[in-house]
Amino acid sequence: MSKSALAGGVAGLIALAIVPFVAADYILHIAIQILIWGLIYTAWSLMGRFGLTSFGHGAFLGIGAYVPALLWNYYGVTPWLGIPLGMALAMLVAMLIGYPSFRLRVVGHYFALVTMALSQVVLLSLVAAREVTGGSLGMTINVVHSWLALQFTQKSVFYGIALVVWLAGLVVWWRVDLGIGRVALEAISEDEIAAASSGINVMREKLRVTLISAALTAIGGSLLTQYIQYVNPDVVSGVPVSLQIVFAAIAGGMGTLLGPTVGAFFTIVLNESLRILFGTHFIGAANTIYGILLILFIIFMPQGIVGLIEGISARAAHGVDEEEEAAAAQAMPER
Amino acid sequence: MDIFLLEAVVDGLLLGGVLALLALGLNLIFGVIDVVWICYVELVMCGMYTVYWLYAYFGVPFLLACAAAIVVVAVLGLLVHRLIIEPVLSFAPINQLLATGGLLFFLQSFATLLFSTDFRNVGIHLAPIELGEIDVSKARLLAFAIALLGAGGLYLFLKRTYLGTAIRAIAEDREIMGLMGVSPRRIYFITSGIGGGLAGLAACLLVLQYDVHPFIGNSFGPITFMICVLGGLGNMIGGFAAAFIMSQIIAVGGYYFSIEFSYVLAFLLFIVMMFVRPQGIFGR
Repeated sequence: MSKSALAGGVAGLIALAIVPFVAADYILHIAIQILIWGLIYTAWSLMGRFGLTSFGHGAFLGIGAYVPALLWNYYGVTPWLGIPLGMALAMLVAMLIGYPSFRLRVVGHYFALVTMALSQVVLLSLVAAREVTGGSLGMTINVVHSWLALQFTQKSVFYGIALVVWLAGLVVWWRVDLGIGRVALEAISEDEIAAASSGINVMREKLRVTLISAALTAIGGSLLTQYIQYVNPDVVSGVPVSLQIVFAAIAGGMGTLLGPTVGAFFTIVLNESLRILFGTHFIGAANTIYGILLILFIIFMPQGIVGLIEGISARAAHGVDEEEEAAAAQAMPER
Repeated sequence: MDIFLLEAVVDGLLLGGVLALLALGLNLIFGVIDVVWICYVELVMCGMYTVYWLYAYFGVPFLLACAAAIVVVAVLGLLVHRLIIEPVLSFAPINQLLATGGLLFFLQSFATLLFSTDFRNVGIHLAPIELGEIDVSKARLLAFAIALLGAGGLYLFLKRTYLGTAIRAIAEDREIMGLMGVSPRRIYFITSGIGGGLAGLAACLLVLQYDVHPFIGNSFGPITFMICVLGGLGNMIGGFAAAFIMSQIIAVGGYYFSIEFSYVLAFLLFIVMMFVRPQGIFGR
């Protein structure tokens, strides 16, 4: 990490730490959501950047959201225990889906469809168990404002928690990026058989990022529920939310540390401003524009916002020639 | 045999017809262009709205409204190919999937913007037919029959006509067919139009059974993809058979458990089948 990047990081952190002391409740509310979704998108990009395009992160998100909420509501188990249990269950499910997928080389859009089926399984199970979960109507969690219940009257406390967890997610991403595993996974996403024959344990590398990704996504789901104090199967599971995760990560740029968070910032701020601009008379206006932007992103800048900015600044600094730029544009791994 | 179980089986058979019709167009597009339109059922939704507005609001005769819907969705299919698929045709398959995924968001929210989230019904209620002791939904029977006819028609078109032969040839070998004087671009374009038209046909049949709302694709989309993959993506006969297997699981599972749970079973079966036979039950 260069000195200027370090300085920028420290300055950014200080700025983020000051936010709760100066910002209005509304801004804080947006900031908390950006941090939590930023964490979830970062978790997705751990897999996505290596060609493991999961359309099933709604499954992990749903598990993370519901396990602590159900344990708290029915058995009074503190989320401090419920959240790790949710993570464990998400990892178990990731294992059950990941192990056979990687063993049998289910890749590309087949992997996307298998994971999509998984997210439907979780969504429909939550709806089917309506006596326990409240079905499509969702469920409010019993409100007891305390540290034990992980509920707070002050938004700033929750902001702090979200900030810490988001930072932890970034550290995990960074560690994966630094490790030898990244090189192995990049090799795997280029050519799996060649990677295996050069001594890479394809299975272990893929499973490792998948489990980490599932666990981080589950924490994100738990935090969402704890913050909103309400959980609804359509918000945290199923295909639309899974696609939303994929898109925001790609829009931001999944090959960089802050890309997915930029994606969260971009999508949430866009959504909020369109909502304020159009008011409630034009429900759907925001997502209509969002949908068009997504298509344009995929067609014209598959490397995302951060990728684009980095490309421009790199070109300004080093005068990158056309060929390299074209290579960057093809940054999405084949299959 | 329990009379309600029998009814569930018959119901499943008829649902299979609708699902098979949905899978047909998607399968054609996949087989020929090698692209999965993840927004396929959203195109069906556009067709359903077309029928609804023309018939229930402007009083256009139902069959005419249906014809219009088929044309509208066929044109939409052409536009999808021209505007979204063509630019990403050389990209990784997953990017193509995502591009049509963006269209899914767009169509769902645009429909919400235009028509709100209200559930709308065309208001045609066909009386059920009594068959022995069980009631058979006439709308479903009609959908089943037309789905079979549609599939038969498509089969004949692909087997018997010059254009159909060219389409099948492209699906077999993209590179060589270019050398043989067939323009893949033109064939892709035509295929997209036919795929869209089939979505329009499905819309006309679905609108008789279900209320139309912007998110109807969420209930039919995933199961349609699963059926295509289960039958072997691009394999139309396989997709047809898979539709009936899935619909039986859904209908009979719904009889024993609950409808959501039967869908859970269907998706779990899909996942297991992907591991056991990744090329699909009827894949080569």
